[in-house]
Amino acid sequence: MRFATLAELSAQCREADMTIGRYMIEEQVRESDQTEETVVGQMASYYQIMKEAVRKGTTEETKSRSGLTGGDAKRVMEYRALGGTALGGEASAALAYALGVSEVNASMGRIIATPTAGSCGIIPGVFVSTQERFGWSDDKMVEALFAAGAIGYVIANQSFISGAEGGCQAEVGSAVGMAAGALTELRGGTPEHAVHAVGLALKNSLGLICDPVGGLVEIPCIVRNGFGAVTALAAADMALAGVRSVIPSDEVIGVMKDIGAAMPEAHRETAKGGLAQTPTGKAILSDLRKKGGRS
Amino acid sequence: MRFKDVFSIMGPSMIGPSSSHTAGAARLGLTARQALGGQPDEADIIFSGSFAETYMGHGTDLAVTAGLLGCAPDDERIRDSIALAEAAGMELRFGTELRPGGHPNTVRFELRKGEQALTMVGCSIGGGNVEIVGVDGFDVKFGADCPTLLVNHQDMAGTVAAMALIVGRANLNIRAMDVDRQSRSGRALTVMEMDQAVSAEVRRELQALPQVERVRLIHLNEEEGQE
Repeated sequence: MRFATLAELSAQCREADMTIGRYMIEEQVRESDQTEETVVGQMASYYQIMKEAVRKGTTEETKSRSGLTGGDAKRVMEYRALGGTALGGEASAALAYALGVSEVNASMGRIIATPTAGSCGIIPGVFVSTQERFGWSDDKMVEALFAAGAIGYVIANQSFISGAEGGCQAEVGSAVGMAAGALTELRGGTPEHAVHAVGLALKNSLGLICDPVGGLVEIPCIVRNGFGAVTALAAADMALAGVRSVIPSDEVIGVMKDIGAAMPEAHRETAKGGLAQTPTGKAILSDLRKKGGRS
Repeated sequence: MRFKDVFSIMGPSMIGPSSSHTAGAARLGLTARQALGGQPDEADIIFSGSFAETYMGHGTDLAVTAGLLGCAPDDERIRDSIALAEAAGMELRFGTELRPGGHPNTVRFELRKGEQALTMVGCSIGGGNVEIVGVDGFDVKFGADCPTLLVNHQDMAGTVAAMALIVGRANLNIRAMDVDRQSRSGRALTVMEMDQAVSAEVRRELQALPQVERVRLIHLNEEEGQE
């Protein structure tokens, strides 16, 4: 890839007069030496898997193998059908879809890691709900997935995308930034707007630790995916309204790396700290160990 | 750059619950299978760091075993892989160890298949991506995200040039290369990460060099990568 920072990415897009998504398709074709049909086709097949995971997560039984989680997406779907959610219909759809995909993941179902499995609900939650609302074509959504990928590529190489390396800020935080930037572009924002959305979103999750109860990608990961989808909508709205990330987004990414590097091991997916070490968290872990980690 | 393209961020398509602990673990198992040259009869799988703490809950043991059986990260058989491996006669042992300073998600494989044995150390670096850092005592560094040649040879002047000539004549481009030796004029391992698939003919030519002991190919996306 010919860019390493978001500033370079947005300058190159402006120069080429392209969206971030379109530019990333061309970069991927160049880098992989494959045809545009092949790379776009692979992303399109990923989008179908995301949609299927949304469908499954919001309509079918999703009890996790541990038995600790499942069914929350359906609860939110039923509640929103009553009308009158505080979020309103559209944002509560993003919430429910994101929860659903994360529950499919926890039940050892098929998902697309975006960028990781722990954060796999956020992009499908934002994409599928806004596609329904605005009537966008699948082709447009697939191009926007490349925009999300371009943003994630910068974050991953300048910082982290795994909880074990950088905490939840690296995992859920990155996904929220990717979704926010891509949605900004889908709504007609410029690459500069999209980059501001990334910075705004990332600032909201700086310092977030990875503290999975029992070491499982369930508690608090699933609800953080739901919250993350809603945050991405908010970040895109702010950026489209002209709110700027005063600390440039590339500097925010640098801060995420510094914080992740300084984070104690206990707060990086080891289940040795945070929620995992509460009295209830410890009781769940000891119960899981008795059952050999699986129900 | 640790992450090379859009699909190292978007994807893989995988069975949950964790890209580091399940998808990456399956790819490490598959890499070890190919480095051994087939399905092991016996496998010691030793986890460290976060892997050691949480491998049961994430199904890391199931995923690694599925990889040893030749499964990709989105194979539905991952859930039942330990039972499948035992049914296939594979002897499996799981353990944990401390590796101070090592990557948080590290696994060491000790595999045996007939006369062949393999020690491999690999890390799951996020998003289903992996990095292999040790093969049979040699320090290496490769991602197994492209066709990768492992060539065991004598440390001797002209060897690297002879190997590069063979792949160059076949119009194959070396993306990255890493050479490590145990001692001067002793045993050495060269890792060549390639932009293109590597044919059996190219491997035979490499094998025919007098100073070459063994040629292996890691190619996770292609069945022909498996020997």
